Amino acid sequence: MSAVGQLSAASQTPAPPPPRSGRRLTAYLLLLPGGLWLLLFFVVPLVSLLAASLYDPNGSIEDGFSMTWSFGNFADTMADYARPFGRSLWYALLTTAFCLLLGYPLAYAIAMKAGRWKNLMLALVIAPFFTSFLIRTLSWKLLLSDNGFVVDALKWLHILGPDGRLLATTAAVVTGLTYNFLPFMVLPLYASLEKIDRRLIEAGGDLFAGPLTTFRVVTLPLSMPGVVAGTLLTFIPAAGDYINAQLLGTPKQRMIGNDIQRLFSAGAYPTAAALSVTLMAAIVVLVLIYVRRAGTDDLV
Amino acid sequence: MTRVGRFIGQHLIMVLGLIVLLYLFAPIVVVILMSFNQPKGRLSYTFDGFTWDNWANPCQPYGLCDAVSTSLRIGLLATVVATALGTLMAFAMVRHRFRGRSATNLFIFLPMASPEIVLGSSLLALFVSSGFGGRLGFWTILIAHVMFCLSFVVVTVKARLAGMDSRLEQAAMDLYANEWQTFWRVTFPLVFPGIMAAALLSFSLSFDDFIITNLNAGTTVTFPMYVWGSAQRDIPPQINVIGTAMFLLALIFVLAGEVTRRRRARS
Repeated sequence: MSAVGQLSAASQTPAPPPPRSGRRLTAYLLLLPGGLWLLLFFVVPLVSLLAASLYDPNGSIEDGFSMTWSFGNFADTMADYARPFGRSLWYALLTTAFCLLLGYPLAYAIAMKAGRWKNLMLALVIAPFFTSFLIRTLSWKLLLSDNGFVVDALKWLHILGPDGRLLATTAAVVTGLTYNFLPFMVLPLYASLEKIDRRLIEAGGDLFAGPLTTFRVVTLPLSMPGVVAGTLLTFIPAAGDYINAQLLGTPKQRMIGNDIQRLFSAGAYPTAAALSVTLMAAIVVLVLIYVRRAGTDDLV
Repeated sequence: MTRVGRFIGQHLIMVLGLIVLLYLFAPIVVVILMSFNQPKGRLSYTFDGFTWDNWANPCQPYGLCDAVSTSLRIGLLATVVATALGTLMAFAMVRHRFRGRSATNLFIFLPMASPEIVLGSSLLALFVSSGFGGRLGFWTILIAHVMFCLSFVVVTVKARLAGMDSRLEQAAMDLYANEWQTFWRVTFPLVFPGIMAAALLSFSLSFDDFIITNLNAGTTVTFPMYVWGSAQRDIPPQINVIGTAMFLLALIFVLAGEVTRRRRARS
């Protein structure tokens, strides 16, 4: 899983050596098999998804779908699915905020304070990936259940009323989402915090800045690449997720992924494809705005 | 005041970090615990009693071990293909300058930045429109898994390659090794840990994938799909046995890697 952490590290790739004659062809040959795979099974599918979103919505799997350039599909689906759509983006936003809030101290502790325990702590961040995430999400169902100790503790602290519950609420879904995507926030944050020259932080202290000022003026800005990468890596999968909403929530917490999945299984391809395309477009737009604002375009 | 501030700065963050780690580990503790559970009823998902039975008969629930074996086969095949193709791409990206390099970079990054539901549904749209809608199964899952593992392999191997000291290769060439010898005796052994990491990552991504697989699986059942299916009905404790076993295996893998790394660093 170190790949995620290296996302931002990879952006530091030094310029390749100048080409020797005939080596350019080698490059293309090396890229060919993998590139072809991505072209055939990533790009072409996206095009056919786009095409499917314009099919006649009255078709069926048995009779086939005819291409009618029904741009109306988009308006129709947006009218029907605006609420789960907005909910997905809202939950993804909450998830990203919580991941940043929880992930930053952890990444900071590993990068700056862990010393020789650094590798162990990193391994512990990655370790949850080794059990199936579905099983882990099911475990949350148990942890948050009405007679579980989390609910008991919160009741004892009077954070939760006597009839309060966690399971089947928005809180449960966001807890699960945050849990699932937290490592994707921690690893890029760690990678960029780790690269910071400690002398810059010491210099902050030498110039009589308090720890908080030093953090705000030196550390935080220097860790921005990690913040951007981590935000994208949590927001995007969270917006498309439906596992947490299904296992930890109720139909009231339904996300757009639930609807896309359900519509595809029911064979309503044009509607499902239109929703899928809209989700992708919304994410691309949000990402572009975000990356512009955050001023870091060295993602790749 | 400054001393108090410094103490807080030094320890509060560590304490916060450890609490977050605890949050990451809570569900795993539950998984391990539940693998020893003796449920009272079929629908009970609380800890009712301790037993070794689940570990003794992991294959007892109908279809569970078939699903695990399907996932293992797909995972291994997808890992081999994705690691091979991705490593070649990583070499091209780091070692060569060519027209369209930054576009290629973006092209490799995009699959990682797309929500799984979009990747899965677009592949399904392709399979359906090209007449493979009735033949979804092992091979369509494999195609999908190689696709989403590829980018992660490229990024992992690329990072390793970029961090490599190219003077070592120049030294080999200076010592009259030809390009072939230099590659196999110097470059490849140095990149190998990166390739292994990429393979391990691919396997765990493939073995764990649900959203994309579920859309393109037809009637084939992988392990995550089995878990999903049983989550709607009853959850056999054996699922937690498989989860715990996977966790332990991966842990051993990582620890072994760390030990050899340390030993090598010492010698």
